[in-house]
Amino acid sequence: MLNLVRETVVSYAFIERNFNLLKRYLSWEILFFSYSIVNALTIGLIMVGRGSSDDVLYLVIGALIWGFLSIMMREVSDAITWERWEGTIEYTFMAPIHRITHLVGSCLFAILYGLLRTGLVLAIMPLFFGEHINLGRANWFTMAITVTVSSLSFIGIGLMAAIFPLLSPEKGQAATGIIQSLLLLISGIYYEIEVLPEWLQPLSWISPATYTLKSIRAAMLENASVESQAGNLFLLLIIGIVLIPLGFWVFHLGEKYAKRVGRLKRSG
Amino acid sequence: MSIEEKEVEQPIHGLSVREVTKDFHRTKRTKLAENLHFYQRLRQFFKREKETIRAVDNISLEVGIGEIYGILGANGSGKSTLIRCISTLLLPDAGSIHVFGDNVVTESLKVRQVMNRVSVEASFFKRLSSTENLIYAARLYGISAEAAEKKAREILERLGFNAARMDEEMENLSRGMQQKVAIARALLTSPMLLLLDEPTTGLDPKSKRDVQAFIEDIRRERHAVIVLTTHDMAEAERLCDKIAIIDKGRFIAEGTVQELIARVPSLNGAPATLEDVFIALTGKDIGDEEE
Repeated sequence: MLNLVRETVVSYAFIERNFNLLKRYLSWEILFFSYSIVNALTIGLIMVGRGSSDDVLYLVIGALIWGFLSIMMREVSDAITWERWEGTIEYTFMAPIHRITHLVGSCLFAILYGLLRTGLVLAIMPLFFGEHINLGRANWFTMAITVTVSSLSFIGIGLMAAIFPLLSPEKGQAATGIIQSLLLLISGIYYEIEVLPEWLQPLSWISPATYTLKSIRAAMLENASVESQAGNLFLLLIIGIVLIPLGFWVFHLGEKYAKRVGRLKRSG
Repeated sequence: MSIEEKEVEQPIHGLSVREVTKDFHRTKRTKLAENLHFYQRLRQFFKREKETIRAVDNISLEVGIGEIYGILGANGSGKSTLIRCISTLLLPDAGSIHVFGDNVVTESLKVRQVMNRVSVEASFFKRLSSTENLIYAARLYGISAEAAEKKAREILERLGFNAARMDEEMENLSRGMQQKVAIARALLTSPMLLLLDEPTTGLDPKSKRDVQAFIEDIRRERHAVIVLTTHDMAEAERLCDKIAIIDKGRFIAEGTVQELIARVPSLNGAPATLEDVFIALTGKDIGDEEE
């Protein structure tokens, strides 16, 4: 019990440090936030004048969830890249903490930050789309439960993505981008997964983003209850239970390799 | 296993390094040969031969509690690789390292609790302040922000760091000030094993003196085990109880300053210095870089 309290306190170190860094780079944050707004607008406007309000919201939800996923993946991967650039990674790896504590701390920050930024973009959308975005019928409780459960799977994916910058800060970020693009392709972000070639569709069944999107869209467009989304939530939970240990195992292998060949040295 | 039980098996040294070897492998690019067909040139271009560089070669050392052990060597001689092996950041290819009886590979979490390191590069989040960096580092060791700030202030003041600048971004501080913050980061956690990897390289004379005096204080007050790598002969002579000279990854001499000096005949009647010993044994100047 004592250990759990200690590890929780320690994982807060990563959240606090990242929020401190965020404050120091506030002007960049404003720029990135503006980009998120422009991106969601660009996608949503495709349907204005062509489809119904639900079609507009369908695309905007896709853009927001894609934005959330991108932020999450990038923040987890950046946490490692940044530390390699600054040279602090050796000190973090030398600290008497379990790797799980280190990585969960980084993932929790990524989720909190992703939710904050995505929430702000969502709040701004009605100003641009007017009656096309009706948030009044959304079931916020279902959305909150969906995001919470799906975060487990995204932590697992984030852990696997974090291995790339550990091995190479220069190329690692690009490799993380490849995972993101694959998720974008297979998860039905802007289209139904049924339009994918049949041989690709099985991949979408194992992507947590597929079920996250289905439930979030149902909650926002149809006021769906948690009970009605139990199937999706159960699948998300199962994927999370598989992906988290898998992510740790993959990261552990990467760390061992980095310590064998000397990849933890400052780079940049 | 308790410390008493371990003592029965083997004498407990603060740090015990036995026959440690560490190799690195890198791709060797050979120059393309002339007069080859296109496909032969292509094959040669993509042919990657690996070459092995032995960074640490069969090194053994033992450091007792309250001792400062110095490692003298040119750039690239293997000092930092050895320090990284001790500090759990590199896995040795052969040999073993024990810190207070615990193996650094198999019991790394336990070892990391009693150890800290100061490297030649200060390595901080440059846009964060000293306080923010130190609180982050302290939290990783389970130390609260309040306790960390209080202790950091005390250490920094003793090092001659103006505490009023603790809230400035690190990138605005001089190299000497950053290095003092790095020392404070290591000492915040009260380590029993302190690895100082060229802590004074590049510092101005005043900062260098402050840091050296502080290292002496730590030895006196805490009886910690200290390993110091340096280029500075005077520093090694002033601080170290025992010194090893490292060249091409191997220890070529080890002993007290007097023992090392006794190995080299005096020049023109004047007693040999540590620098004479280094040049005589390695055939190079301390400032030289190894391949």
